[in-house]
Amino acid sequence: MTRALSAITNRLVILVPYLWLLFFFLIPFVIVFKISLSTTAIAMPPYTPVLGLADGFSGLMSQIGEFSFDNYLWLTQDALYFNAYVSSVVIAAISTFLALLVGYPIAYGMARAPATIRPTLLMLVILPFWTSFLIRVYAWIGILKPEGLLNQMLLGTGIIDQPLVILNTHTAIFIGIVYSYLPFMILPLYSALEKMDYSLIEAAQDLGCPPISAFWKITFPLSLPGVIAGCLLVFIPAVGEFVIPDLLGGSQTLMIGKTLWNEFFANRDWPVSSAVAVILLLLLVVPIMFFQQAQARAQEEGR
Amino acid sequence: MKSLGNIRREFAPWNQPDAKPYIQFKNVTKRFGDFTAVNNLSLSIYEREFFALLGASGCGKSTLLRMLAGFEEPTSGQILLDGQDLRGIPPYRRPVNMMFQSYALFPHMTVEQNIGFGLKQDGMAKADIDTRVAEMLKLVKLSQFAKRKPHQLSGGQRQRVALARAVAKRPKVLLLDEPLGALDKKLREETQFELMDLQQTLGLTFVVVTHDQEEAMTMADRIAILDKGEVMQVATPAEVYEAPGSRFVADFVGNINMFEGKVAERDGAGATIASANGVTIRTANAGDAPAGTEVTFAIRPEKIKVSSKKPEGGDNVLEGEVYDIAYLGDMTIFHVQLGNGQVVKASSLNATRGTEDPLSWDDKAWISFRNDAGVVLTR
Repeated sequence: MTRALSAITNRLVILVPYLWLLFFFLIPFVIVFKISLSTTAIAMPPYTPVLGLADGFSGLMSQIGEFSFDNYLWLTQDALYFNAYVSSVVIAAISTFLALLVGYPIAYGMARAPATIRPTLLMLVILPFWTSFLIRVYAWIGILKPEGLLNQMLLGTGIIDQPLVILNTHTAIFIGIVYSYLPFMILPLYSALEKMDYSLIEAAQDLGCPPISAFWKITFPLSLPGVIAGCLLVFIPAVGEFVIPDLLGGSQTLMIGKTLWNEFFANRDWPVSSAVAVILLLLLVVPIMFFQQAQARAQEEGR
Repeated sequence: MKSLGNIRREFAPWNQPDAKPYIQFKNVTKRFGDFTAVNNLSLSIYEREFFALLGASGCGKSTLLRMLAGFEEPTSGQILLDGQDLRGIPPYRRPVNMMFQSYALFPHMTVEQNIGFGLKQDGMAKADIDTRVAEMLKLVKLSQFAKRKPHQLSGGQRQRVALARAVAKRPKVLLLDEPLGALDKKLREETQFELMDLQQTLGLTFVVVTHDQEEAMTMADRIAILDKGEVMQVATPAEVYEAPGSRFVADFVGNINMFEGKVAERDGAGATIASANGVTIRTANAGDAPAGTEVTFAIRPEKIKVSSKKPEGGDNVLEGEVYDIAYLGDMTIFHVQLGNGQVVKASSLNATRGTEDPLSWDDKAWISFRNDAGVVLTR
């Protein structure tokens, strides 16, 4: 009796994450996908067909018959979308690489710091989250603009005699993304580096390996799971990033997040913006799934 | 005095005044902040010696080993290897290799790659590396596991990979940090003999750190007993056991009974010792302690005989009562309480099945020992 009850509770506990995914991922996705198959209309909501049982079951069937993939075709016909996807992926990839370059030494330093100060360092990494993301990105405008803090400092110390143009360039976007997503890079790297046995480095040195070479032969390969996790955590949100390119990148930057925003709010074209979102999701999910499968296979073969 | 026995009879360079030490610690001190791990320590180790550093945790034995490997530099003093001062030489340029307590096998490399790692660092040709690795794998009987990763091996196999990796470069000295600490008892005993064989085969100098005295006694040519960063005694296992230099060493190694007292009377080399709690002991060798000196008479349990009847004659015979008995199979340990309340441990080997002199709890018993069975300690 109690056994059967506990079996049911066990099932329920397992069910919770699935329910979460169902309500907050799968159902919204199905709605977005459905809208992407519709046509724009001047109405409330601004597309047809709106599914309903007002005309009975046959009415519903004829509404479903109106679905078409025209919006997806449209995305292939205008080069704007293709360019926006490519540009997003390139900007995200460069930013991810820069975040790795900045984040790895920080994570390494934290992992090698005395155990007593590690919690403090960890706290400092997470501390920026206590301020609104939007405010922190706005703050960068004040730093990067031609008469901003950075230029004033460089002009004041005489390093440059003309203000640098950083705001409204790709550089500003890189700075913004690296700054905003750095904790997502540092935390998985730190957890990978922190649990590494330092005697492995000593063993490598003992066998004749100088410190820098020991880093590339031992430390880096062993931290790869952290590197991959950190890169995915930065790359995925960076591809769809809207706020940073909008505030720091100026009007000429082409990123898919901005394109989507324009379609949705400026053009009120819900079906096309839904199609853009669906493609973006596939663009990210498919390679990640392949990658995870490859990783799982490698793990089974014995890491 | 009888010989204490040296198992490798022809190998005793420490007794030859002209023999040159291979490794020398000269007045080495190592401090970590306020803590002195090694205190003004001097020690000589000879070529092809199997040398053990024995002590409780925190006695500085691992620090000594790490200074030899180059992971720590002495705060003061000098370490010489084959006449060369090691100060300032980084670990990757020292001709010593270490087997780590945790084995420190590289988890992302196969057994083969682990063993070949050091050779590759030296820029050895690939064909030569392959030959040497195969040779090492054969030496530690792991040839069929060459392509496995460390996590696919058992504890004993990992230990052998670590050993093969450490000796693959043919170092001048092999350092072993608690090499058998992670193995279970049976495997540990087997591996002790394998290590000794390996040391003989390769002709290397081994320095092993251990807290397990049985391990040190079994394997080492000489043992250095350390306490609080200082050497208490350096001697062969038999000397350490039968002729401990101090109360600390006597107490640290094996079991021992101690009688605190004074030298009452000297007669030649021997003496009569009056213990503080009223026991009189006659001993044939009292060293150079003059009459009146505070001394400790120490005697190992196996050198004391227990019987239910008073033995005829004999040098030292004391009366008591059986207080506790521990039957271990191969031997029986009796705890005999003397008239003055002191409890003396005596062990007797069960060389035959059953005994002609059965003793039980609270039985009256006599303990006896020869006058050359114990040692007189002044320190």
